[in-house]
Amino acid sequence: MKKIRKPCGLHCIKINHLGVRFGEQVILKDVNLHIHCGSMTAVIGRNGAGKSTLIRAILGDVAHEGNIEFKDRENGSVRKLKIGYVPQKINIEKNTPVSVYDLIASYQFRFPVFLKKSRRAEKEIIKALEAFEVEDLIDRQVCNLSGGQLQRVLLAMAVMDEPNLLLLDEPVSGVDPNGMELFYRTMEYLKKNFDLSVILISHDLEYVVKYADKVVLLDQTILKEGSAQEVFQSEAFQKAFGAEGLPGYIRGESEAGPHAAWMGR
Amino acid sequence: MFEYGFMRNAALAILIITPLFGLLGTMIVNRKMAFFSDALGHSALTGIAVGVVLGVTNTNLAMLAFGVFFALLLNYIGSKSASSADTIISVFSSCSVAVGLAILSQGGNFSQYSGFLVGDILSITEREIAYLAVLFLMVLLYYMLCFNWLNAAGIHRTLAKSRKIPVGVMEQLFSVLIAGIVMLSIRWVGILLINALLILPAAAARNLSENMREYHFFSVLFSLYSGVMGLFASYYTNVATGPVIVIFASVLYAATYLYARRHPIT
Repeated sequence: MKKIRKPCGLHCIKINHLGVRFGEQVILKDVNLHIHCGSMTAVIGRNGAGKSTLIRAILGDVAHEGNIEFKDRENGSVRKLKIGYVPQKINIEKNTPVSVYDLIASYQFRFPVFLKKSRRAEKEIIKALEAFEVEDLIDRQVCNLSGGQLQRVLLAMAVMDEPNLLLLDEPVSGVDPNGMELFYRTMEYLKKNFDLSVILISHDLEYVVKYADKVVLLDQTILKEGSAQEVFQSEAFQKAFGAEGLPGYIRGESEAGPHAAWMGR
Repeated sequence: MFEYGFMRNAALAILIITPLFGLLGTMIVNRKMAFFSDALGHSALTGIAVGVVLGVTNTNLAMLAFGVFFALLLNYIGSKSASSADTIISVFSSCSVAVGLAILSQGGNFSQYSGFLVGDILSITEREIAYLAVLFLMVLLYYMLCFNWLNAAGIHRTLAKSRKIPVGVMEQLFSVLIAGIVMLSIRWVGILLINALLILPAAAARNLSENMREYHFFSVLFSLYSGVMGLFASYYTNVATGPVIVIFASVLYAATYLYARRHPIT
């Protein structure tokens, strides 16, 4: 794989007082997050904690309070933040005639994909796919790709724009361990070779421990942030994932720690 | 057969309408809007009824205006409501058909509108062909400028929005174009069959296609072929044109379906 850019470590992204409400209901409030470039931040939390909403708010897909700054650490000048996004799954059913070229070109280029292939677009798409070693998939139908292949295609598309921040949902649990390992290795590769930070919604604590630089425990607001160890040993974590958070009839029978309780979910 | 003016007009109309059906049908199928276009077709009755009540003599105009209004209304309610889209469409479609039927059947006069159910392409006039030609150009323009955005919005809305694609505008425009084609062609192909013509060519093309280029090529080709063959066949058998076109399209669908089962795309 070829390297594209080195992370500079010189700028950072600051999320200040971010809040989201749908009508009366408060989904997120006062979320403050500081992210250095070249780092991977894993967001964890129980279901309904607002993890996906946080991603959508950062993307600007839902209205939110607060702001997001992108600053040079050296001189403090503000720059425009470019965000790449990798959704968990996309809306393409079996038997849909959309090839990988069609998928990427639709987002990235204006020349209508139904008419003919644009040479320029094809060249650039192949180049992007090469970084993830999936260039031979360009003419395959998207609906026939495996989960891992699709993930890499979407990643290739996300970094085409040279984003400063990459937002993603970890692949749905149920992907086999090899696939997960590959996914996290790819993340490592990404943050090492591209000048970007990663915010990842994670469902699998095992991999969070192994790969994340920083862990954020979210439930409406940030309950705890820090290294994986710090967060996992905190009281808030015990409450969210631990035995204390479980109904009594389960707690009575199980002596397993918070980690096992999560894994067994 | 072309010595008759009405046949020349009909042939011209078919050559304009069917590629349009083929083009729009692909994205209607991809975006799962088949029920939406069907509801629009049924609402044509309401459009005529509203035109009658308001004293609009040009039924084309009344239907078109109502169709666009109805399409935008469905989109608006769909975006505000928590119910699923097909429930909303069903509710509003039945309601609008009922209102239309109630008004048109007042005084026992419904039979004069029953032609709308089956359609009659032989009665199309030059002015109405001109309407279709204008619509054809509009659809072409939209597809040339906005097709990728529409496709991107259908694949993942949030992802498209994160790329600064004007998702909402693209979707509304597409709905308006569907309303346009449905309303302007319903008198020639009939309320009962219009959706078949939108869906069948695209559905057949899906059986054969691996990418968007093949998909649109086959869809337009199948649509044109069914249209032209349907017109000829109906002329010689003295059967209404709309149904014959749909029969041709159905046969194509069945053939491509069987072909695809033998030669699956991997």
